[in-house]
Amino acid sequence: MSDRAIKGPGLFSRMIGAILPSRRSRSGTPVSAPIVPAQSIAGKSLMIVIAIMSFLACLTLGAVTLVRDASLGWQADIVREITIQVRPVDDIDTNAEAQKAATIAASMPGVAQARVLEDWENAKLLEPWLGSGLDVSDLPIPHLIVVELADPDAVDLIALASRLDKEVKGASLDDHRNWTDRLKTMANATVIIGVSILGLVFVATVLSVVFATRGAMASNRDIVSVLHYVGAEANFIAREFQRHFLFLGLKGGLLGASGAAVLFAVLSFFIGRSIATPEGDQVSALFGRFAIGPTGYLGALVIALLIGVMTAITSRLTVYRHLASIE
Amino acid sequence: MIRFENVGLRYGMGAEVLRDLSFQIAPKSFQFLTGPSGAGKSTLLRLLCLSLKPTRGLITVFDRDVVTLPKEDLPSLRRRVGVVFQDFRLLDHLTTFENVALPLRVLGREESSYRADVIELLKWVGLGDRVQALPPILSGGEKQRAAIARALIGQPEILLADEPTGNVDPPLAKRLLRLFVELNRLGTSVVIATHDIGLMNQFDARRLVLHEGRLSIYE
Repeated sequence: MSDRAIKGPGLFSRMIGAILPSRRSRSGTPVSAPIVPAQSIAGKSLMIVIAIMSFLACLTLGAVTLVRDASLGWQADIVREITIQVRPVDDIDTNAEAQKAATIAASMPGVAQARVLEDWENAKLLEPWLGSGLDVSDLPIPHLIVVELADPDAVDLIALASRLDKEVKGASLDDHRNWTDRLKTMANATVIIGVSILGLVFVATVLSVVFATRGAMASNRDIVSVLHYVGAEANFIAREFQRHFLFLGLKGGLLGASGAAVLFAVLSFFIGRSIATPEGDQVSALFGRFAIGPTGYLGALVIALLIGVMTAITSRLTVYRHLASIE
Repeated sequence: MIRFENVGLRYGMGAEVLRDLSFQIAPKSFQFLTGPSGAGKSTLLRLLCLSLKPTRGLITVFDRDVVTLPKEDLPSLRRRVGVVFQDFRLLDHLTTFENVALPLRVLGREESSYRADVIELLKWVGLGDRVQALPPILSGGEKQRAAIARALIGQPEILLADEPTGNVDPPLAKRLLRLFVELNRLGTSVVIATHDIGLMNQFDARRLVLHEGRLSIYE
């Protein structure tokens, strides 16, 4: 080793340096080297651990956001459509009854339109069970009326069911409520499981960061001791380490969060491109455009900042613990 | 300056490592602290530099009772006591200048306010040409002098040195002793912990001899 060589800070250090308090004196001349060395093997290992844990926490957050948005999307789509079924009844013109049901439905407030499915549409629905080329006019199958709702909250489904019951023979209303309720329960359960996993990942992140920070601090115990013996206040020592570890934590946290954000952006881009293919359609049917949205990206940023702060606090507490052990 | 009255110290539930110590360190005094290995020299030094509290007895440092002293007052008292460690404890990533200036830096002082003083002290201990050197390239003697300079830069009223000549050859040991004597003439009390009889014979001073945790004083 020789006398100290002057080495300029990296790009990231300069960016963070613009936010954190400057180490230069007011006159602009550089002050002494930091008491806690910026470059150390323990510091690098800690940064890698933080980056990985931050990446995993952000991925989990993204996945939970995705599932939650998808489940809300499914619910909104289903709630916007109801079906009226008109079963064939002896001596009654089912077609006329179906038209009557459609007219009643269309007259209800909050309904956008009501349409009786054509025979060929019914045939297409039955095709998987009865095969193609079927003439449904010979079969006693119910007529279906698809009712699209403009405002699901404004529609009085009970009143509609009661009118259909009174005025249309063989009519019944299926508002998909059972299915929607089940879907809602499933989606909520998925989100709760996702949030629990996010909680566990976050706890694991906290613990890894705490242990890795303690490990990195172990190599700096001599510095703490020397500062203690030369009469430094506990606050001064803690501040020196806190600044260093906040920088390290932010660097690692932002690296991990950026990695996760880039991964989501890339996935969103490719899934957006393959939307016309069968595989793409399947994925988009489940997860929409696979985009985590601004909330997801903001969440990733919050996680990175939280990890930075947590690293700084852990280093501060470790300094106090070490000082207590040598006093 | 520092007064011990019937001081005893034990670690945990073990036997007492120091027993019934009573002595004073007067202002501008010079003393050697000696005794065989394991006699308790390092423990006594830790008591003197306020790193340990006694399990019994009374220690007053600058008229303050160490046992009842609030934690926040310790750093300001510690600054009045300079310590030179046997293993130097220099920070390898800081230059000689930065290591020596550390006690002033922790007070929040600007470098421009102490630069000249640090350079002057480094010249006084013979390290004027090693100002920008990092500790790993310093010799044992240079490290020792840098450690002494760091202990002195805050102008402490008492200097405690633990085996300051343990890692140096006899001619350098003699030079270091001259440095301590000179410092004492300038008004600082000096306590040198050593088991080097040759060193003690070079300067007629009070001897505190520890044996199995008990202290004998030879004026």
